Formats: sequence, C-alpha cells, structure tokens
Amino acid sequence: MSGAIEKVSIVISKGSIDGIYPGLIMANGARAEGIEANLFFTFFGLDAIHKKRQRSIKIATVGNPGLHLPTWLGAIPGISAAMTKYMNAKMAKLDIPTVPEFVEMISDTGAGLYGCEASVDLFGFSKDDFVEQMDSIITVGEFYDIAAGGEIVFT
Amino acid sequence: MPTKTVAGRSVEVTDEGFFENPDTWTEAMVPDLAKEEGIDELTDQHWMVLRFMRQEYQQKGQGPTVRVLGKTSGVSVKELYQLFPKGPAKVAAKIAGIPKPRGCI
Repeated sequence: MSGAIEKVSIVISKGSIDGIYPGLIMANGARAEGIEANLFFTFFGLDAIHKKRQRSIKIATVGNPGLHLPTWLGAIPGISAAMTKYMNAKMAKLDIPTVPEFVEMISDTGAGLYGCEASVDLFGFSKDDFVEQMDSIITVGEFYDIAAGGEIVFT
Repeated sequence: MPTKTVAGRSVEVTDEGFFENPDTWTEAMVPDLAKEEGIDELTDQHWMVLRFMRQEYQQKGQGPTVRVLGKTSGVSVKELYQLFPKGPAKVAAKIAGIPKPRGCI
C-alpha cells in the first residue's frame, strides 16, 4: 500500500466540544489503523488535558451557526449548559467517551500527548494543572521535531 | 478477487487481506496469519482476543472496535496495543478471519 499515511500529528486549538472531539477521534482512529499519532494541545485546546477544566467542556450557543439557534436564544443564561448536557447525553448513548476518559484511552493507545508551552505560559498554567497522561509541555520547534516525517492536521 | 494460501489452503481475501468468507478460516491458520502481521509468538492473551473477535462476529455480524474490545474482552486498551501494535481491532480481525471492524470510536 504505497502512499498510506504512517504518522500524523494533530493540533487541537479550541476548547469547545466541537473543537476538541474531532481531534481526539482522529488521533484515536489513527492508532486503531496502526498509524503513529501525536496530539498537540494549544490555546483553549489545552482545556482537554487540564485536570479541572476537562470535565466541563461546553458547546458554544452564541456565534455557532452550525447549531441553527437564533443568537438571542443562544445568549439566554442556561442555554449553553442545557445544550451541552443534551450533546453529552447523545454522545454517551453512542458510547462516545467523555473527554477525560477519551484522553486516557488515547494515551493507552500509545499516542503522544503534548501541551503547547506558549499557551501554558499565556494562561499561567503549570505542569501540575494537567493530567498525568500529558507527556510534556513543548515548544513549537519541538512539536515540529516530533511531527517530522508525518502529516500535520490543525483542528 | 485475490487469494492467498494459508496453512496449505487457498482462501479468498480482500485487497487489504481480510477473509472474504469467515467460514473458510480455521484455528490452524492462526500462526501463519499472525506471522504475516509480524506476531511471531502467540500468547494466551492473543488467543483470548482472537476468540473474542470470532465470538463477537458470530453474534453480531461485525467485529468490535478497540474501544469495545477494551471494555468487554477482558484485555485493556494498553495491553491490546502491546499485543497488536499495528492496530488491535484491525489486526486481530485479520488474524481471526473476520471482516475489518467498522466504527469511528
């Protein structure tokens, strides 16, 4: 099979449900295919591996045209929380893991999990804020070293 | 349709190497099929996963994904990747003579 993808490095840069899941699913799916995979969490994507924040990932109900909700409705207090609850319930029904469980599973598949140093500094986080599955906090240069020889996907 | 000879018998396989007809598979073929996938030594845990794959396929008409395997086979996700480094569900399905499991998670 010439031209087959053998390695992929996926950048997760957003901290919403729809910002985090696609990258996690792609990384997990890559490992299932025997493809080497790395995940690089940057900006709000860091929330996916942040101990306290990874359990409360939400969906944006304002500025999210994909939901087909009028902006005024999405802005009402409680709507984002209700929509998040609805999405989480739907995903649980399809046996899609929660973010903490998914991160743990992806780590178990042997994928690498890295935090972006610039973002960690920006938000004033430290290594202790992140789950044990995170391999390390790396610079963008180190990311390119790790990603060398494979595809890079930005989500 | 491609064919290949496994343990002295000719079987039809897909382009990716999965059995076209799971009924043409026998346990005697397992060592040869495993070697093709780079697994030289089959442990009890390998067999446990392979038998589980067959059983799931026979019951549900489809092999389980890695997530389902990890939750129900008695072998953890971490161990599954140690047993089948090139993708547990995919490689185990190939060795167990069943179609490639479908599913995104």
